[in-house]
Amino acid sequence: MSGAPARTLLLWCPDWPVLAAEIVDGVPATDPVAVLHANRVVACSERARAEGVRRGLRRREAQGRCPQLTVVDHDPARDARAFEPVVAAVEEVVAGVEVIRPGACALAARGPSRYLGGEEAAAERIVEHVAQTCAVESQVGIADGVFAAGLAARDGRLVPPGGTPEFLAGLPVEALGRPTLTDLLRRLGVRTLGDFAALPAGDVLARFGFDGALAHRLAAGRDHRPLAVRQPPADLTVTADHDEPIDRVDAAAFAARTLAEQLHERLAAHGLACTRLGIEAVTAHGQELHRVWRHDGLLTAAAIADRVRWQLDGWLSGSNGRGGARPARPTAGIIRLRLVPDGVLAQAGLQPGLWGETGEERERAHRALSRVQGILGPEAVVTAVLGGGRSPADQVRLVPWGDERLPARPGPPPLPTAEPPPPAAAPERAVSTRSRAAASAPAPPWPGRIPPPAPAVVLPTPLPAAVHDAAGEPVVVSARLVVSAAPARLTVGTGRPAEIAGWVGPWPVDERWWAPAEARRRARFQVCLADGAALLLAVEGGQWLVEAIYD
Amino acid sequence: MAGRMVVGSAALAELVRPASAPDPAGGHRVLPVRPELTGLLPNRGLRRGSTIAVGAGQPRRSGATSLILALLAEASRAGSWCAVVGVPTFGAGAAAEAGIALDRLALVPNPGPEWPTVVAALIDGVDVVVTAVPTTVSASVATRLAARARQRGSVLVPYGRWDGADVTLQVVRGVWEGLGPGRGRLRRREVTVSARGRGAAARPKEIKVWLPGDELTRVIPRSTGLGAATRPAAVPGAGRLRVVAPAGPSASAARSRRGPLTVVGSA
Repeated sequence: MSGAPARTLLLWCPDWPVLAAEIVDGVPATDPVAVLHANRVVACSERARAEGVRRGLRRREAQGRCPQLTVVDHDPARDARAFEPVVAAVEEVVAGVEVIRPGACALAARGPSRYLGGEEAAAERIVEHVAQTCAVESQVGIADGVFAAGLAARDGRLVPPGGTPEFLAGLPVEALGRPTLTDLLRRLGVRTLGDFAALPAGDVLARFGFDGALAHRLAAGRDHRPLAVRQPPADLTVTADHDEPIDRVDAAAFAARTLAEQLHERLAAHGLACTRLGIEAVTAHGQELHRVWRHDGLLTAAAIADRVRWQLDGWLSGSNGRGGARPARPTAGIIRLRLVPDGVLAQAGLQPGLWGETGEERERAHRALSRVQGILGPEAVVTAVLGGGRSPADQVRLVPWGDERLPARPGPPPLPTAEPPPPAAAPERAVSTRSRAAASAPAPPWPGRIPPPAPAVVLPTPLPAAVHDAAGEPVVVSARLVVSAAPARLTVGTGRPAEIAGWVGPWPVDERWWAPAEARRRARFQVCLADGAALLLAVEGGQWLVEAIYD
Repeated sequence: MAGRMVVGSAALAELVRPASAPDPAGGHRVLPVRPELTGLLPNRGLRRGSTIAVGAGQPRRSGATSLILALLAEASRAGSWCAVVGVPTFGAGAAAEAGIALDRLALVPNPGPEWPTVVAALIDGVDVVVTAVPTTVSASVATRLAARARQRGSVLVPYGRWDGADVTLQVVRGVWEGLGPGRGRLRRREVTVSARGRGAAARPKEIKVWLPGDELTRVIPRSTGLGAATRPAAVPGAGRLRVVAPAGPSASAARSRRGPLTVVGSA
């Protein structure tokens, strides 16, 4: 690319992390506020700055200078979320906005300045619109190139066309935002961007490397990077309004089918596929019903229609009363139906197998399980994920079918490496085991976990039990883990006592003692009864519990 | 060169067959089971469309749940989808140890009063459906579900009282090994399983299997000193463990012994 850098207008909101904290969390930005990351001040409010708080200070120092300081944690996601309305407001005035970072966005200045009658008028219009729409104070800088415009925005300056090199020449090298390079330049006696830009480009490349050469170009005002303009997200939602409220399932199914086809067409037109679908219905009495369906494959028009039909079936037939997750039967018919594609991804050529078999069984199983989810609710069908943990119940997390399979606690896969070598028929199993082991390289060891074999029956709520010794006295475990006598008889609940043939323990665990609400101090026993059954017992605070059965 | 070609075609002869030929021994119609359990089942596997009940038994014997896991393991490993209905106490850790692929295993812990609908819906799409039988199931519902499984080619494994199953497996006895008075830990269990049924399975059979075997409990942590120091409860009595499979030339011998189950005899 040749020629001068593009004329750029940059909108900058000062102290954006502080403002974002006010917008999202309601921390008043007029008070002294500091946003901290890793114990260092990242941003602070005007009043905090007046009290002497600066970027890079430690928390203690900042609080020492300003005792009334409100401290907020740095959260880049919050900043980005809060900035979204500002970008939308700018887009209402001009088109083609690039978000540089939360708190700053850039756009090509040429179009707006011609349309709105001059650069100054355009800047005023944008700042005013942002202030009116979002109640956010902002400043605008216009210069040649994004870098220079960012610096101009700090002073709210409009650098005249061609004046950018002179504007930059007076600024200190710290403006480059590269601390190590700046430090080196200062020690070499290069103090301003003008001094830096005066160095021969070849020598800068040889001495400071590629990044140094880029910084040199910026300092000279030759910022050729074009704006990466944000594409406003396409609105994929489809809505159907019905004059006559729908209160029969077959009518709803018919409505669902047309709507599903409409959505599918719209998605296909954008080359997208839908993995999560929100179905919303509004009744004539203003009740809103919403549920999200997940699907880890591709939702076809028929699949979308099925889901809508199942859900409306569930609502309208009103077979509720079980499973608290289900909404009550609506009091009126449905007048508006909306399909919101929640998770969309580019349709990356999902093709059926050459012989039509690939994934056919998987499709079939998914259809059946979604059907059951339609009958009982999405949480009724679960899949187990193994993770770390000490007790058999801790190691397993039950995830609703279709959700992402993430373990509750990080940890090694409970299967030790001595798993029998997988047969040739299932090579993907071996791969998954290996990749899991590699991914969880720094996995915690969970000392004190129950050794294999794992119990086949894990009780969700442990059963109270009583254990007596041969003399009929209750067996107790002292704080120093001394068992008062050998257990001889086990009584579960109100059942008959059973003879204990073999036992081992206590295996102590003292978990989460730093969090009183979740703390658990138990001693576990494996017990074998005379009739051949084996149990996992635990004693906590003098109470014996049956945790699991080796069935 | 020609010799190698001959060897190659001989190896392929078992795998290749003309499209017109019938499936050898049922082919895909039978889901595989572990070699130790093949003797119990009429087709040496889980025949699609059949109902294989696992009885709870009176008085209750330890081992029925492990028997179900063992039945599913080989089919799940070979790529079949399984579902377990009405078992809120399902031990997923034991399932994974038995060799079941958990990402192809769906659980419906509480089907509630819609149990027949749920089981019927699962039969439509899942290869093996294990279900705990509610006490209030009428004979007609049971027959309908079995017929549906036959029609759709799924294997129905009811757990509990079920009349009219093709095969009913029953745990006769389960004896744990490895636990003494105040020492040791559970290592393996010898389970005696009996099978009786209709047709080809009419003659009662009884075998003994290890459920679970000791292939997991034999493992010694690699760094014994550190392991004993950091995991006192994980390996209780590590000093008393007998090292079975040391590294070295005998490792291959250990691997050949490391079957998931071991037949200890058959009646």
